Amino acid sequence: MKNYIKKPFSLAALLLIILSAIVTAAVIVFITGYILINGIPNIRLSLFAWEYNAKNVSMMPAIINTVYIALLTLVIAVPVGVFSAVYLAEYAKRGSNLVKIIRITADTLSGIPSIVYGLFGFLAFVVALKWEYSLLSGALTLAIMVLPSIMRTTEEALLAVPDSYREGSFGLGAGKIRTIFKISIPASMPGILSGVILAIGRITGETAALIFTAGTVAAVPGSVFNSARTLAVHMYCLLSEGLYTDEAYATAVVLLVTVAAINALSDFAAHKIAKM
Amino acid sequence: MTRVKESVMKCIFALCALMSIGAVIAICVFIFANGIPAIREIGVWQFLSGRVWKPSVNIYGIFPMIIASLYVTAGAIIVGVAPGVLTAVFLLKYCPARLRKPMHTAINLLAGIPSIVYGFFALMVIVPLIGEVFYTGGKGILTASLLLGIMILPTIINTAYSFLKAVPDMYFEGSLALGATRERSIFFAMFPAASSGVLSGIILGVGRAIGETMAVVMVAGNQAVMPGSVLSGARTLTANIVLEMSYAAGLHRGALVGTAVVLFVFILIINLCFSAIKQKKA
Repeated sequence: MKNYIKKPFSLAALLLIILSAIVTAAVIVFITGYILINGIPNIRLSLFAWEYNAKNVSMMPAIINTVYIALLTLVIAVPVGVFSAVYLAEYAKRGSNLVKIIRITADTLSGIPSIVYGLFGFLAFVVALKWEYSLLSGALTLAIMVLPSIMRTTEEALLAVPDSYREGSFGLGAGKIRTIFKISIPASMPGILSGVILAIGRITGETAALIFTAGTVAAVPGSVFNSARTLAVHMYCLLSEGLYTDEAYATAVVLLVTVAAINALSDFAAHKIAKM
Repeated sequence: MTRVKESVMKCIFALCALMSIGAVIAICVFIFANGIPAIREIGVWQFLSGRVWKPSVNIYGIFPMIIASLYVTAGAIIVGVAPGVLTAVFLLKYCPARLRKPMHTAINLLAGIPSIVYGFFALMVIVPLIGEVFYTGGKGILTASLLLGIMILPTIINTAYSFLKAVPDMYFEGSLALGATRERSIFFAMFPAASSGVLSGIILGVGRAIGETMAVVMVAGNQAVMPGSVLSGARTLTANIVLEMSYAAGLHRGALVGTAVVLFVFILIINLCFSAIKQKKA
């Protein structure tokens, strides 16, 4: 500490750095603490009843819908994302024009705000294709939204697989396809998984892209062409009705815990890859 | 047989890779095809610079929304950048080893919290606070800026952290060896080398702030008029879309899609800046 007495700049900088870290940590602790403390007492069993009605304001249908939409989105986005990454990592020539364009478009996609996705989904799937507000419209919109992040994480994982694995496989007489499916993809599985898990997190928290595509019906849909609200949309509806603050707190707790669990899972998968 | 399979699969992979290009084209086509005719009908200049938004009498000017979006984003940058960058410095050079992992977990949690939850939190905490301090309703540009400043923190911390980490250790050590303090070494030897990283973190933050919808809708007040001060309510471009889309029809809907066109152009410009910086670094 003595060293700092004659150096006001360094002292000020040090204090600011420590102050910033404390403020950041305090903000995180305060937000999560506030939600948990106000939300947990509001969690009642009736909030998890199977049917939604104005009296119990159950979030169970919304939870089930969230799972449906997440599954449907991943079924569409994961194969496309993983296969694109395979093309970029295993086939395409580094620095070719096509690769450059694909990278630029992927960057563009990841920068588009979710409300623009929502509007696009509304215009393309709901209006132009006449699918109405439906699970399918919502899932397709979200699939485009999470595609770039799945592509990127998969590509990074594939590039981290040592070439000696592939050479060994070729040396034993395997073809390129067999090498990709039996060697490259299994070896990069943890990376792919961590990307997919992060995508689930994004799907769970999404509101703006879903209101005008999947709609806000608070029931478990009969088919993919029915409207359904996810948990985040459910919370938005509760808040815009303005009568259900307590229930909104409880929903916020469920969302927060889900996100924390998803992050932990993704970390776990990413650590697996670091150990390889 | 195998060779056929090989080339078929290669085609499938390539096709999937082309999908993201297709998606961008589809988004552009649908947004522009629905937005541009409406903008033309209203008049480009009238639409962009008009100060009155009254769908009931077919007057559509989004200048107040453009200004509100810029104000709120600038506010978020003022609130979020300095603490974010300095926290990244803390994590890299000062953080005790035991604290590092919990800090990273916490920052990732901050990044993962859904925007609707942020909005709700701000509605319950920041809005009453601002209302009490300044004797207003509490909703307005200042509230939205504070909230967005918090929301862009993780983006800025993570980008700045990874770029600072990529600066070779010898810069820092060389500076220390010349007798500079740790702080002087960080700010005058490491920062210039990582400046593109700090800048790209800011740009990503701008992108996130300008595109944020649900959280802003809940705390910005949403009046479609020119904001008078940082305390007055304002409606951003994103809020304009989400507030009225559910019941809009005809030219009104077109004008809302036109709002998205303007937003989209902003985002494209931001992306362009981002890739320009990335290229320069490479």
